Amino acid sequence: MADEEFSATVRVTDKGSVIELVGTVNRMAKEGMESAYVQAARSPGEIVLDFKKVDYINSTGIAVIVGVLAMARAEQRAVGALRLTDHYKEVFEITRLADFMHIYEDTASVN
Amino acid sequence: MRKRSKRTGAVRDDSSSSVPDSQTREIEAIEIPPGDTLETILLSSGVPVELSGIEVESEAINRLRGQGVELVVPLIGQGELLGALYLGHRLSDQPYSTDDRRLLGNLASQVAPAMKVAQLVREQQAEAKERERIEQELKVAALIQQTLLPKELPSINGWNVDAFYRPARAVGGDFYDFIQLDDRRLGVVIGDVTDKGVPAALVMATCRSMLRAAAAQHDSPSAVLADVNEHLVPEIPPAMFVTCLYAIIDIEDGQVVFANAGHNLPYVRTSDGVLELRATGMPLGLMPDMTYDERTHALGAGDVMVLTSDGITEAHSPEGEMYGFSRLMGRVAKKTRDEDICSSLVGDLETWTGPGAEQEDDITLVVIRRTASASVSADAFHTGEEALIEFTVPSVEGNERVAIAKVAEAVRSLGFEGSRLEKLKTAVGETVMNAIEHGNENNPDLDVSIRVAVTPQRVTVRVVDNGGDKDIPHAVTPDLEAKIAGDQTPRGWGLFLIEQMVDEVSTARENGHHIVELVMNREGGA
Repeated sequence: MADEEFSATVRVTDKGSVIELVGTVNRMAKEGMESAYVQAARSPGEIVLDFKKVDYINSTGIAVIVGVLAMARAEQRAVGALRLTDHYKEVFEITRLADFMHIYEDTASVN
Repeated sequence: MRKRSKRTGAVRDDSSSSVPDSQTREIEAIEIPPGDTLETILLSSGVPVELSGIEVESEAINRLRGQGVELVVPLIGQGELLGALYLGHRLSDQPYSTDDRRLLGNLASQVAPAMKVAQLVREQQAEAKERERIEQELKVAALIQQTLLPKELPSINGWNVDAFYRPARAVGGDFYDFIQLDDRRLGVVIGDVTDKGVPAALVMATCRSMLRAAAAQHDSPSAVLADVNEHLVPEIPPAMFVTCLYAIIDIEDGQVVFANAGHNLPYVRTSDGVLELRATGMPLGLMPDMTYDERTHALGAGDVMVLTSDGITEAHSPEGEMYGFSRLMGRVAKKTRDEDICSSLVGDLETWTGPGAEQEDDITLVVIRRTASASVSADAFHTGEEALIEFTVPSVEGNERVAIAKVAEAVRSLGFEGSRLEKLKTAVGETVMNAIEHGNENNPDLDVSIRVAVTPQRVTVRVVDNGGDKDIPHAVTPDLEAKIAGDQTPRGWGLFLIEQMVDEVSTARENGHHIVELVMNREGGA
């Protein structure tokens, strides 16, 4: 099983932006994630990371997400997480990322 | 009229049922040999032929005349002489009339197709019976072989042993064996009996028993092969023999002592390339009083020894070209991402032979890889726990995913699923990633060794790298606020995650290795 190449697409919603993540979130995702964040930040409102198509997140990927939270903190913008698997929801709770991100269950909540 | 086999005719000399038996006489069933002149005459005429009208002689004609046959009625089907009716003289002493011959000709034309059908049915029945016999024999041969091949692979710290065996449909005589000689020596056997089916399987079984007995008596591989040869010569059927390589591996220092009775040479892949391990000797069972060269080779950390049977090297491509030794050697030289050499070789062989090709001979592979420069535990042969899987991955970023997939597959059979499985996968991924990046510093020539073992109470995943000279950091709870505020690096989650995911984590340094053991209890737990 190999890492699936990471990509991120920004979609503007009524409430802010959704960054649809695809593939493996590891250190290789840093550039794509930050670039997507910058694009999403052009619109006002919350930025939500959609994990529906993410197959694997490792500790270096968590560091990338922490980096996004740091960027958002700098401009006092809220960041959410959408459609995490149960396992990664638990990982977000253990790492306390869930304390800094609103965890959404479905897309209706963020559109 | 009495039916006879193909190309044979026979009848009484009168078909009238009203004639007393004393006036009739049976004519001997006389076969018409292939190519006999009579065959040619009958096929070309296609009608009843009177022997008195034939001027030439042949074996069949003379014998029929000797029996008093006057008229021969050919039974022809699809241009083939299926048989013939032989008739003697008429009781009335009158010659056969035109009407008689026409009647007999009509009779023959109706009998011939029925005879043809009967012949085909009989042939098919015989073929089906023969096929059934062969299939049964093949099942017996396969059963003998499968019963005697090792049920499990040796599990040795610092070593990875793998084997592949796939019989051909006709079941050849390949075999391999592992013999634990003592606490630090492992005997390895690979052999091939000439011939196929039950005879080969029986010789294989005999040879295996002899090898095990000799291995228990002699410390020297050459003495073992010589001993087996002496016992096998008087027992083995004529024209059969056994090629066999026997090696003794010292699992502490990597020394391999070996002798070879005409088997394929083993290959050893080192960081400098691929070597052939040469030692000469005649196959077993051919002649008495044979002696065998004995050689020694030291396997270093990362070296791989590959033993094969000729089912690999002698496999043919659709164009008829053999797979050959040089291609095999080239394949052994290639490092693959997950270092699953058996799968890699078999995959390449299948590509070579083409899709759907029937396997010509048994295929046997034994791959022995030294993963550590010295045994990482005095208790090299594990006891009290069952090894589910042991493998290595080269230290290449991303190979943690290979390790995750293999471990997950192994523990699924134990009922690990859902949240527990996902946690173990994350812990394994982080541990192997640390071993690749920090322990082996992303050096692709160094491997990370992973072993999954199970007891009734727990599953242990042991990850070993070559970073034993480095300090093992302790897991600390990351300060997320400081990281988000930019006061700390956003990294530093790996060890923390590992500790959170499994029930126990232990670390150790031993003989230059860094060892991490992840433990998941089989009931409850994290």
